[in-house]
Amino acid sequence: MDVLAEAFRLIITLDEDLFEILWLSIRVSLIALVISVTLSLPLGTYLAITQFPGRKFCILLLNALMGMPPVVVGLMVYMLLSRSGPLGFLGLLYTPSAMIIAQVVLITPIITALAIQVIENLHQEYRDTFCSMGVTGRRAVAAYLVDARYALTTCILAGFGRAIAEVGAVIIVGGNIDHLTRVMTTAIALETSKGNLTLALSLGTVLLALSLLVNALVIGVREYAGKRQYA
Amino acid sequence: MKHLIIIAALALSAHSLADSIIVQSTTSTKNSGLYDYLLPILTKATGVQVHVVAVGTGQAIKNAMRCDGDVLLVHAKSAEEKFVAAGFGEYRRDLMYNDFVIVGPQADPARVADASDAIDALRRITQAGAKFASRGDDSGTHKKERALWREAAINPDSGSGQWYLETGSGMGATLNTGVSLSAYVLTDRASWITFANKQDAVIVFEGDPTLFNQYGVIPVSADKCPNVNREATQAFTQWLLSASGQAAIGAYQVDGKQLFFPNAH
Repeated sequence: MDVLAEAFRLIITLDEDLFEILWLSIRVSLIALVISVTLSLPLGTYLAITQFPGRKFCILLLNALMGMPPVVVGLMVYMLLSRSGPLGFLGLLYTPSAMIIAQVVLITPIITALAIQVIENLHQEYRDTFCSMGVTGRRAVAAYLVDARYALTTCILAGFGRAIAEVGAVIIVGGNIDHLTRVMTTAIALETSKGNLTLALSLGTVLLALSLLVNALVIGVREYAGKRQYA
Repeated sequence: MKHLIIIAALALSAHSLADSIIVQSTTSTKNSGLYDYLLPILTKATGVQVHVVAVGTGQAIKNAMRCDGDVLLVHAKSAEEKFVAAGFGEYRRDLMYNDFVIVGPQADPARVADASDAIDALRRITQAGAKFASRGDDSGTHKKERALWREAAINPDSGSGQWYLETGSGMGATLNTGVSLSAYVLTDRASWITFANKQDAVIVFEGDPTLFNQYGVIPVSADKCPNVNREATQAFTQWLLSASGQAAIGAYQVDGKQLFFPNAH
């Protein structure tokens, strides 16, 4: 009860620190999502409809990468962006950009692997029709992406969920620096370590509410678009 | 598509942080709220923006050796001196101190409160078969604890996972574990005072001079790490060591208790 009351209080008092952290969480994960989607959908579609040697292995690898622990991704990105690492000269470590990179690495395999499955199913269904109608290449890809858009939305939401809920990678590459790289999950970890369990859980509730909101929005848009289609 | 690329480019472009530095520091100083109190005063006085990364002392030192920080502010004197001797630090100065305490369940089944000194306290814990939660993370507190076990001629590793519980986590996480399991924990006093989930745990042992906890400050060497913001780093360090910096540290209180005692000379 304390938890819900505290969560409610944080939201209605428009707690400035909370909104800064919440906004950074959303910003980092959304940008990571946009980058991931632009990489995953073309890649997923390509892997779903093209036959080439090693394709099965690529898909296997992507599926395995879905289970990659965030802390390992964080360490890899840390070693890469560290001042003594190969990309250290960019000065990206302990910035929101580093967190975006880590999340892109984390969620791109997830969205790609799920998209492959979706497009592959559609491809089985459409292949013969497309063949007889002479639909190939770009037009076929466009048709798949449009027709699979609802299923793909779910793939994208899965990626977003993973990104915004993740703590292991962003705490390593972001450093959980106040007013710079502190996001919801790292703030929850920090409050837990301070023993402020009620506050930590309240922040968790706020994060859950955000996740609910995003999902409700997507479902709402989907319903609305579905209705318009048949109107 | 073009927009996406522009957004991505903007997002990934390096932030220009002209007068900002990164301090690699410990969870104890961060969780105690010291930085939240001290840094605004420091920024006002010096114009330097400070970003604190709080990890265990061992990890902080390793991060600084990879040049991922401008200043080290930690508490493990011999490791700090090695860091400077290896050329990674410009110099090391004593900054402030507090002390370690042993916390445990109020009932105190191992009668640690009656111990004559810290070594005796550890002996009592093992003899009573009580649980002990250790940081297990090569932090300053962990190094101190290991040194105490060595002095007591006890090898806790033989009981690892049974009564000796190495959390491999920060001070707060270890305190959460210890409190929940009615285990004894060695912690710095600042972390304990500011820890909000004490439940029925209390300080059962304190006051042995060997539990002295010295914090040091080390500017990372600009020769080893050319990315170091030398000017801002100097301003930061000099202010902390100055009379006004020291006074500010001494003035910080939580629940009417002073957490850190300045002792730069």
